[in-house]
Amino acid sequence: MAARKTTKKPNVSAEELKAYYHDMLLIRRFEEKAGQLYGMGLIGGFCHLYIGQEAVVVGLEATAKEGDSRITTYRDHGHMLACGMDPNGVMAELTGREDGYSKGKGGSMHMFSKDKRFYGGHGIVGANVPLGAGLAFADKYKGNDAVTFTYFGDGAANQGQVYETFNMAALWQLPCIFVIENNQYAMGTSQQRSTSSAEIWERGKAFGIPGEAVDGMDVLAVKAAGETAVAHCRSGKGPYILEIKTYRYRGHSMSDPAKYRTREEVQKMRDERDPIEAVRTLLLQGEHATEEDLKAIDKKIKDVVNESAEFAKTSPEPALDELWTDIYATEIPQEA
Amino acid sequence: MATEILMPALSPTMEEGTLAKWLVKEGDTVKSGDIMAEIETDKATMEFEAVDEGIIGKILIEEGTEGVKVNTAIAILVEEGEEVGDVEVSKPAEPAKPAKNEDPKDKGGADGMDHPAPAAPEADVTPDWPEGTKLKQQTVREALRDAMAEEMRRDENVFLMGEEVAEYQGAYKISQGLLDEFGAKRVIDTPITEHGFAGIGVGAAFGGLRPIVEFMTWNFGMQAIDQIINSAAKTLYMSGGQMGAPMVFRGPNGAAARVGAQHSQDYAAWYMQIPGLKVAMPYSASDYKGLMKSAIRDPNPVIFLENEILYGRSFDVPEDDDYTVPFGKARIWREGSDVTIVSFGIGMTYALEAAGKLAEEGIEAEVIDLRTLRPMDTASIIKSVKKTNRCVTVEEGWPQGSVGGYISSVLMQQAFDYLDAPVINCTGKDVPMPYAANLEKHALVTTAEVIEAVKTVTYK
Ligand SMILES: Cc1ncc(C[n+]2csc(CCOP(=O)(O)OP(=O)(O)O)c2C)c(N)n1
Ligand SMILES: [Mg+2]
Repeated sequence: MAARKTTKKPNVSAEELKAYYHDMLLIRRFEEKAGQLYGMGLIGGFCHLYIGQEAVVVGLEATAKEGDSRITTYRDHGHMLACGMDPNGVMAELTGREDGYSKGKGGSMHMFSKDKRFYGGHGIVGANVPLGAGLAFADKYKGNDAVTFTYFGDGAANQGQVYETFNMAALWQLPCIFVIENNQYAMGTSQQRSTSSAEIWERGKAFGIPGEAVDGMDVLAVKAAGETAVAHCRSGKGPYILEIKTYRYRGHSMSDPAKYRTREEVQKMRDERDPIEAVRTLLLQGEHATEEDLKAIDKKIKDVVNESAEFAKTSPEPALDELWTDIYATEIPQEA
Repeated sequence: MATEILMPALSPTMEEGTLAKWLVKEGDTVKSGDIMAEIETDKATMEFEAVDEGIIGKILIEEGTEGVKVNTAIAILVEEGEEVGDVEVSKPAEPAKPAKNEDPKDKGGADGMDHPAPAAPEADVTPDWPEGTKLKQQTVREALRDAMAEEMRRDENVFLMGEEVAEYQGAYKISQGLLDEFGAKRVIDTPITEHGFAGIGVGAAFGGLRPIVEFMTWNFGMQAIDQIINSAAKTLYMSGGQMGAPMVFRGPNGAAARVGAQHSQDYAAWYMQIPGLKVAMPYSASDYKGLMKSAIRDPNPVIFLENEILYGRSFDVPEDDDYTVPFGKARIWREGSDVTIVSFGIGMTYALEAAGKLAEEGIEAEVIDLRTLRPMDTASIIKSVKKTNRCVTVEEGWPQGSVGGYISSVLMQQAFDYLDAPVINCTGKDVPMPYAANLEKHALVTTAEVIEAVKTVTYK
């Protein structure tokens, strides 16, 4: 299948393309494994998979530099892998074990890495948006040129606090990239049934925040738009909105009856717009890689994912004493 | 006609001030908006504007005078051709007299809605349904759905709104079938905007409708808490009884299973604290049904705290379309003479299990299900404690500021002489809910802890 043409395709090297292929495939395989472990009862509670949306976070992470921050919702596994967090630690958190990123106390929706400037994993729809602007505020305050990627969904875009945040971010020129991952549904509610504007990013205009809609099934288009946004924010011009049109293949969480859309709709997306297939085609057609090269990548990823599952199964449950730790700090945690 | 110009209060806390400077003199004509004087308040120097038109007939207080009490006449305004002598200068107004027949000490505690007298109310022990009523087995989920459907049939002003309540049939399938029966006008899917739609619900209630607002879980109700408390709970009071918000806010509350700290909070103690709200947290399906029907008919905002784990449990429910359970009446599930165990909602599962195990060891517990927390049937608790002389409370919420803590204080004040041991509150642990399976189990209250508490208070 052929990737859809994008208008502004950046020059991209074979190495870069291979890296995107690798990073997206890692997320996909990791998520498939997580789904499997959930089915086996090793992962509990809510578990929201990122399958289908991989190009969004991989394309944007390609534009980030050391010192930038990111924050997202409960649909966070992809973001963590893309920013370089360890698959073992992520998977072990999913199984609620001692070696997880939150020592087993956070779970799928609440994981963090100070080291990678990944500020969560948030369970309350909309609540991470002002937090992202706050991270950007801190960077501006400190006078560095870091930016914050603040991810949220199309459904979250109707929360009032999003617009309170837009106002302040514009007013104070905060280096914040608002990334609306528009996968067209908020649980079972389609965008048309919940949202008065067809183009969510245009709401930013009321606040004087520039933005654009982006094809989120095309990692190169995402990266190109990300570069524009990052350049804008880094140069001190204030926030930027990217509404990235994407699609989730799986249910909202593991317990979604998915009656709100047809199987054909999902299948059509998978067949015609899959972001990983698109890059694969580019690699092969441009003769940047051979089938063998790609097989080797697939194999490597499979090993990493299997190892993470093994690690997550064998890591011990947290000690009971952990119940009582981390409730109050005894000193101010050092900034990352 | 001549009028007095009075010393104004220019800040909420000002009682007196300094008349710093007159900007008009006797004989000057003033019209509304003209600045007449500068007055120093406790906070700042303010300009004092004329409201009425007229001629300054006489200045009564010289500029520079300090400590001029608010409402003292400071000048006299006359009309064209009028004499100053026509007005009699008044004294500053007296403070308001206390209303007659009002001794503030006459008001009761927070346990009942009406507090006519401080005398302890009698416990109502009539059975929920008469002998011989036909019963059927129903899940809590079905009972809730039936209660809403019956009330929607009964009153066309009742409607349901919330996230995923209509086309999706409810995130927890509580509203299954309601869209089909009542249509999209009365079963309404909202965007994810809890604060917004809770406020729209409150406004609709002001406007004469009977909204049922579903929060997908009460954790998300925190987004809306300002509308629930500042708008729904307080408006009746603030409007002097003119208008209020007859409505129900409902949804699952407390821990489910492994959903982590942000999705597992028990809000019983929070909402129980708010005057103007009624709060139900039922355990059995018949109580879910009977209390939901009462809640929908109630003229006040009702917080209805459900439980996801209980949704699938089955209980006997009367076959009666008009079955209601009153607020403020506890249910005694088990009689016993050794100890009183008080609980509500999911806490009842621990209370009843503990009572069963204790009976095997010869300890007979009386188990009280409060069913509603506001009003709270403290009379039934006190009556039972007078018999057993011991009390253990059980809840999943946190210990500080808990429901059990409140019950303890009521018992100390109203049944102190009957207690043979300090009341023990079994609660969830004082930690955010962990995700790990083993930690979660320990974070919640356990049956073993209830048993241990009973043994402590019975010195066994
Ligand atoms: C304040 C709040 N309300 C409701 C929920 C329940 N909920 C979790 S995810 C979700 C849908 C969000 O959709 P969207 O923002 O489009 O993100 P997506 O899941 O598609 O990534 C809802 C309603 C919640 N977690 N928080
Ligand atoms: Mg969405």
